[in-house]
Amino acid sequence: MSEFRSSRDGRITDERPWWDTFPWWSVIILAVLVWMGFQIIVNDDYGLAWERIIPGLGLTLRSTIYAFGIALGIALIAGTGQMSRNVIIRNLARTYVEFVRGIPMLPLIFTVALILVPEFTDLLNTRLNAWFGWEFNLSFEMRATVTLAVIYGAYMAEIFRGGIQSIPPGQTEAGRSLGLNRRQTMRSVVLPQAMRAIIPPMGNDFIAILKDTSLLSVLGALEITQRARQFSASTFKFREGYFVSAFIYLVLTLSLSVLLGVLERRMTRDRKGER
Amino acid sequence: MTAPNTPMISLQGVSKTFNRTIHAVRDVDLDVAEGEVVVIVGPSGSGKSTVLRCINLLEIPTTGIVIVDGSNLTDVATDLDHVRAEVGMVFQQFNLFPHLTVLENITLAQRKVRGRSKSEASEMGMRQLTRVGIPDKADAFPRQLSGGQQQRVAIARALAMEPRVMLFDEPTSALDPEMVKEVLDVMLELASEGMTMVVVTHEMGFAKAAADRLVFIDEGEIVEVGAPEEVFSNPSQDRTRAFFDKILY
Repeated sequence: MSEFRSSRDGRITDERPWWDTFPWWSVIILAVLVWMGFQIIVNDDYGLAWERIIPGLGLTLRSTIYAFGIALGIALIAGTGQMSRNVIIRNLARTYVEFVRGIPMLPLIFTVALILVPEFTDLLNTRLNAWFGWEFNLSFEMRATVTLAVIYGAYMAEIFRGGIQSIPPGQTEAGRSLGLNRRQTMRSVVLPQAMRAIIPPMGNDFIAILKDTSLLSVLGALEITQRARQFSASTFKFREGYFVSAFIYLVLTLSLSVLLGVLERRMTRDRKGER
Repeated sequence: MTAPNTPMISLQGVSKTFNRTIHAVRDVDLDVAEGEVVVIVGPSGSGKSTVLRCINLLEIPTTGIVIVDGSNLTDVATDLDHVRAEVGMVFQQFNLFPHLTVLENITLAQRKVRGRSKSEASEMGMRQLTRVGIPDKADAFPRQLSGGQQQRVAIARALAMEPRVMLFDEPTSALDPEMVKEVLDVMLELASEGMTMVVVTHEMGFAKAAADRLVFIDEGEIVEVGAPEEVFSNPSQDRTRAFFDKILY
């Protein structure tokens, strides 16, 4: 912002007054949150909404964490798979990523949760039943979580790929010219550097998954949004229901992004003299 | 081991074509004897770096044979990583590993490829750092060093593998002028110790002082090979003369 100019004692200066740089937005958000918290405590309608919605918090958090974990695994496979030397693996990985990234999330959730996952588990179960006399039961909630993981796996695969490809080819060449093989070069030279480009967007995707668990309400999963819908529809208290659910999401996402900020700062500080 | 009369490096009919249309290197034959210092010069874009990179197969030749220390690198059965450990390479952009300290840069491949213990690798690392004159920088990170120091670390990193051959790809081209000499001094010393070296450079002073043979490459072809003074003062080809007319004053 070298363009910024203000004047002081009639002279142009690059100093900015404190009120110009102060994060007013955080005061506004904090005020809204405090007001909401106060309403929940003193207002019976808000209190009732809170009581009916908050049991969904467990499912929201659980599916966020599971979906993120599974997506991380899928992303690692699909991300590195896209850079594989094997033509089949490379193209399968690319197909998956392009399919998922090209379709909006809502239709994808219906497709994966209602068609792909059931058919895949049916197929798997006929085999498992024939061989071991045992079946594998995916709970309805887990099915929704897996759906989210399949979708985010593709987004996160691109983060892996981008992070790895952001490392200059000279690094790989230096490693290989010293006699390190592909795997050793990847592990000791490229990945440690790529992690710095990978971790921050991964954190953002964790928050994005948390928000997108709300889409699982279309499948009827009793998470926060679905409970807010049910409460509002049965009591006609739309304002209370949706305000309370927004309040819960905001508290979660804001505290997560503060946490992420701390993590990122610590990550850059630990790397001593490095860029 | 190489028999006395077989060359350390042998390029036979090496060509490299990018995208099937750009002929970077055309039918290059070049033998380098053990202990010989060969300097490759030529206009930018002439393919001299590509020739160098074909020697350790960082660039896979489209056609032709590359033999280093008796191993045919263009044979699919050859263990490339094994041979690459015997061929040190120094890059224009240094390519130090920024997330590792200077000493870690030097010990990484020794431990993973040579299987040396941490203390053995560190000892060798310190010996090479002393050789290039910066043992006090062992615990620094690359970005804390000047360009000349970084390039000397890169040389130490390659030497710590005890290679049979050293390749230099314009090692001083990215350096500030006042740092060129400290790197060239290390290379001169290496040459005097009998290391087999192939050097792509624009430093004609180094070529005069250290090269056994000078190779002039233009448009991907070897135009002229000879003793440096002879090629400088009395080139046999018009293209060589035109090149030296432009760069020598």
